[in-house]
Amino acid sequence: MLRIENLTMKFGGVVACSSFSAEVKRGQIVGLIGPNGAGKTTVFNVITGVYKPTEGQIFFHPRDGETHQLVGLSPDRIAKLGICRTFQNTRLFGQLSVLDNVFIGNHLRLKSNVLSSVLRIPSYAREEREIYEKSLYLLEKIGLQDFKDERASSLPYGMQRRLEMARALATEPKLLLLDEPAAGMNPQETRELTDFIQEIKEEFDLTIFLIEHHMEVVMEISERIYVLDHGVLIAEGSPSEVQRNAKVIEAYLGVG
Amino acid sequence: MNEQRRTRLALLALVGTVLALFLANKYLDDYKIRIINLSGIYVTLGLSMNLINGFTGLFSLGHAGFMAVGAYTVGLLTMPIPMKEMNFFFQPIVPWLANVEMGFLPALLVAGLISAFLGVLIGAPVLRLRDDYLAIATLGFAEIIRVVFTNTQSLTNGALGLKGIPNYTNTWWSWGVAFVTIWFVSFLIRGSYGKAFMAIREDEIAAEAMGINLFRHKVLSFAFASFFAGVAGGLLASLLGTIDPNMFRITLTFNILLIVVLGGLGRITGTVVAAVVVTVMMEALRFLDESINLGFIQIKGIPGMRMVIFSIILILVVVLRREGLLTRLKGREASYAEN
Ligand SMILES: Nc1ncnc2c1ncn2[C@@H]1O[C@H](COP(=O)(O)OP(=O)(O)O)[C@@H](O)[C@H]1O
Ligand SMILES: [Mg+2]
Repeated sequence: MLRIENLTMKFGGVVACSSFSAEVKRGQIVGLIGPNGAGKTTVFNVITGVYKPTEGQIFFHPRDGETHQLVGLSPDRIAKLGICRTFQNTRLFGQLSVLDNVFIGNHLRLKSNVLSSVLRIPSYAREEREIYEKSLYLLEKIGLQDFKDERASSLPYGMQRRLEMARALATEPKLLLLDEPAAGMNPQETRELTDFIQEIKEEFDLTIFLIEHHMEVVMEISERIYVLDHGVLIAEGSPSEVQRNAKVIEAYLGVG
Repeated sequence: MNEQRRTRLALLALVGTVLALFLANKYLDDYKIRIINLSGIYVTLGLSMNLINGFTGLFSLGHAGFMAVGAYTVGLLTMPIPMKEMNFFFQPIVPWLANVEMGFLPALLVAGLISAFLGVLIGAPVLRLRDDYLAIATLGFAEIIRVVFTNTQSLTNGALGLKGIPNYTNTWWSWGVAFVTIWFVSFLIRGSYGKAFMAIREDEIAAEAMGINLFRHKVLSFAFASFFAGVAGGLLASLLGTIDPNMFRITLTFNILLIVVLGGLGRITGTVVAAVVVTVMMEALRFLDESINLGFIQIKGIPGMRMVIFSIILILVVVLRREGLLTRLKGREASYAEN
């Protein structure tokens, strides 16, 4: 699904990520962990086109016989190809309603042009009705249907995170990138989230690449884990392999 | 939602306005009718500016320029052929315009389209790079248009301006266009594209990550806004009958900005109300600029005093109530509680 080759990202003198390679296979949940400032978010930013990497290549393979080089594409192009993300510090459309946030996630799949949207010709009206139905369904899925007319910024933090996920799902991604989805959640919420991630993966036939600070979450749901420290890959493998890795233990103890 | 209620209210407003216009045309004098016309034109202008500055979150200051383009287009396209000859006594008009005379509606549409085209032409390079510079670029554009129109003698008659533009604009035209604009902007904003505009305003990075092409949507919004500014300029030209380049100074843009800020960024109803209020106030406060004779004492008028008052209002609103004067307080804390 996704292959990252020798990715290097420098910000001036800071090397946020250096010669990082990784692969995410179709249908997998893959974890990306590492201490704060290790370069995890940077990897996501490069995949989604926010930054152009200093070096390296990224190949996206959404279906058989179709491969795209992501480096050099704009974020909106990458989203259209089927990669969507959530943000570590949520980035909702704060002044807009909860429902509109999810609605907007559908915009990239809209077929009608702008004039037919203003004139509300039947084909547009039909598309819009479908978008509303789908958005409401997604809101129900994350349990926010009763908050649909609230301002997104007025929601408590945990709900905002879930809303971001619903918005991302609305774009119909093949690959979903989650940046610390459990950040700021209590153990109960975290457990619900783990179930939720597995549930949407099945329902929407997703592949998931996940950054997480909570070790329990990553260890439980990932099939494969990459560990970054100071921008360098220090370990990769199954959760149990990574857990036993001396360098990983050191990196985490060193931080914490 | 309360779709039905909204439609009913809109219809009510429409019927009410039609009735009011009927009565106004019957009983009011020319001066008051003129203010009503100006109000309608300012409604269109306010909504046009709010579309870019309020809904899409860009900052454009080019309205005077787009209005000038629209005004001259309508002036040149609707003026009778002999009238053109009289106007261009200094230097004859370019041949391809000399024998053109068309109806008001097609002229208004052409005015809007040329204006939109110019909007895209100047907007595109700026919007592709850094839209922080849009304000400067559009401001520059408006000034350049004015200078160009002053110097293209055989196209615009230069500083002499155009006189004798047929007065097609009446209350039905000015408010008809205003209602079309209200309808257009409301439906645009309710639809998927309008929501995408607002998403860009709220968070560009998130909008782009959701697959919204920032450049294309910004240009689209800007083109619509320029279109309506051009049409409004055309209405104004036909209302006044006389135009010259110096009418289209930055103060004109400033008036519209005042309407948008008073009405509330991203508010349709507020903008409509503010447009009417500001237009009426602008006339009502005209005495500030003129000398006042109180019988026993003569107060000398200070030209530009009105503008000073308006500037102060603008500053107060920006400082005290950023969401405009005409919006309810509901949900205010929520919007500011965000980090
Ligand atoms: N836009 C940027 N400009 C400069 N430095 C950056 C930028 N983005 C990230 N960095 C730096 O790159 C390093 C990795 O950051 P990040 O990827 O956010 O880490 P993580 O997500 O693992 O906590 C940090 O040292 C950070 O300061
Ligand atoms: Mg991070």
